[in-house]
Amino acid sequence: MSSTQSSSSGTQPLLALIYDKTFRSILYQVLVFGGVFLLGWYLVNNTLTNLEQQDIATGFGFLEREASFGISESVIEYSPADTYGRALVVGILNTVKVSALGIFLATILGTLIGIGLVSPNWLLRFMGKTYIETFRNVPLLLQLFFWYSVVTNAFPGPRQALNPMAGVFASNRGLYLPVPADHPAWTAALIALILGLIGAFLVRKWALKRLEATGEVFPYLSAGIGVAIGLPILAWLVFGAPTEMNTPSLQGFNFQGGISLSPEFFTLLLGLTIYTATYIAEIVRSGIQSVPKGQSEAATSLGLKPSWVMRLIILPQALRVIIPPMTNQYLNLTKNSSLAVAIGYPDLVSISNTTMNQTGQAVEAVTIFMTIYLSISLLISFFMNWYNKRMALVER
Amino acid sequence: MDVCRAVAAAMFGDADAVRFTPLTAAQRFTALQSGEVDVLSRNTTWTTTRDTSLGLNFAGINYYDGQGFMVRKDLGVTSAKQLSGAAICVEPGTTTELNLADYFRANNMDFEPVVIENTTEVTAAFFSGRCDVYTTDASGLASARNVSAENPEDYVILPEIISKEPLGPVVRHGDDEWLDIVKWSHIAMIQAEEFGITSDNVDDMMDTDNPGIKRFLGVTPGMGEALGLDEKWAYNIVKQVGNYGESYQRNVTEKLGLERGLNALWTDGGLMYAFPIR
Repeated sequence: MSSTQSSSSGTQPLLALIYDKTFRSILYQVLVFGGVFLLGWYLVNNTLTNLEQQDIATGFGFLEREASFGISESVIEYSPADTYGRALVVGILNTVKVSALGIFLATILGTLIGIGLVSPNWLLRFMGKTYIETFRNVPLLLQLFFWYSVVTNAFPGPRQALNPMAGVFASNRGLYLPVPADHPAWTAALIALILGLIGAFLVRKWALKRLEATGEVFPYLSAGIGVAIGLPILAWLVFGAPTEMNTPSLQGFNFQGGISLSPEFFTLLLGLTIYTATYIAEIVRSGIQSVPKGQSEAATSLGLKPSWVMRLIILPQALRVIIPPMTNQYLNLTKNSSLAVAIGYPDLVSISNTTMNQTGQAVEAVTIFMTIYLSISLLISFFMNWYNKRMALVER
Repeated sequence: MDVCRAVAAAMFGDADAVRFTPLTAAQRFTALQSGEVDVLSRNTTWTTTRDTSLGLNFAGINYYDGQGFMVRKDLGVTSAKQLSGAAICVEPGTTTELNLADYFRANNMDFEPVVIENTTEVTAAFFSGRCDVYTTDASGLASARNVSAENPEDYVILPEIISKEPLGPVVRHGDDEWLDIVKWSHIAMIQAEEFGITSDNVDDMMDTDNPGIKRFLGVTPGMGEALGLDEKWAYNIVKQVGNYGESYQRNVTEKLGLERGLNALWTDGGLMYAFPIR
């Protein structure tokens, strides 16, 4: 075989090259890559030429200019005198805020419903199924419009706000809650909480090591929780246990003081949570059902407690099935948060749209927010892949 | 809308040869820049940035407007100066949004902007009570009150007009002949009102001895050729769309109940002034 090939390549080198498998595969790849590159270059070049022909400003200089528009809610300080760059940061933080909380709540709600779906109780199963089929099959945008009109129409105005308990006000301007007034004790408690969490982690590590070495069981979970909660309380007591609260009160048009959840934020969070939880519930259900029945039977026959069977046998195996599709849902939730623009929550897209309109620099603004969504998504997926690897079955 | 129909009448002799594309405030400039639409005739304010770095050209001003505030009557507010701390509904990407921030900054007042992209959604949010105040151009406020409010008498428009909003049709840079056509179609409507030509009497006016009207209506040829149009361009506009006053009456006075005000002819103390067509 090799001899015939070498002889033919001697007589017709070009033809032989074309019939060579490695060469052909490299050639195709070069052609495809070159094609894509040329197309991209053509698009970029064409855009720049057209923008120049129409005298449309280009470049990212606008980020330094004064934004001069207001934003209703912001994690960091912001005023219309700040720059477009800072306005975009406000948008990014708002997107991260609603996505992170949404992921957290959707996971909890979804897991509960998922467990309900495999429950022996008929009513629970039926309710779970109904919930999933209803919310999964209505477009999220419509659900947002629906919740927004419910929130703004069902609640009274600020002057007739519902006051279910002292200091808590619910109106169509949002939910207002009292917060502890400024005091050094709260800062100390926060630091103590972080230390407590680190402490709990160390206790767990030590307990597991001892378990492997001596076989003695140490209740690290309750000990850890004790450390994580006890330390902040201790710190709060040491600093004089302040109980003064910053309560919201009606001044002029709106409530001042306390913290507030705007109707836009609340609607978006509610919509995203309820919608994504339907998918998470199905994922959790399939994960639990994927663990063969023999596993729990074997564990029970070894004499393990039911809670241990769930924690040590079922869950670790179910998680391997759950995590990859869960990553997908987390990414979906983050991307769906851009629907905020429809109900007026100032997320990244909403602020980019405004920026693009005031400066006219659509290409730059879209590039910025696409890059940022890509980065957030990649971060989530890196984290979830790392977690997945940790949870993967270690084969010996 | 009548501007677009006037341009179509001038170019094709048929006012219905237009395809309208509804756009939100945030989409409009990108749609015009990218060529999705050829002329943007919405409530677009003429500003320096839009005229220069957005790559656009304004063809004229067909409505002199100003930004106002609308509130519920039972709030008892009588002046915009009392609005500190209010929640204010506003459309994003508009000059309104910027004027609002400027006005509150200048008067050292706070506000909570509720920014919703779609006009329908933003007015719905205001009428449901999500905001204390709705702000946009005074004509927009009147239109929202007359069209969307359940009970228009429950709302008042505050006396302060906090900005100048010259509204007009916009085209993109790069096609000067197109700009000329849009510009002069708009001027022709004002000129027709100055001459007293209406859609009803335009046929009689063809027999006039007035050299200016003869030139305008194409009885004496020349103007159409200069614009690259049919000589009957202005005749078609007036015949099919009407003059500026008729258009105003039909679209603004009857639907929104607004007087001519600044938009009267210059001879009546307004700002509408046609450049000579010769």
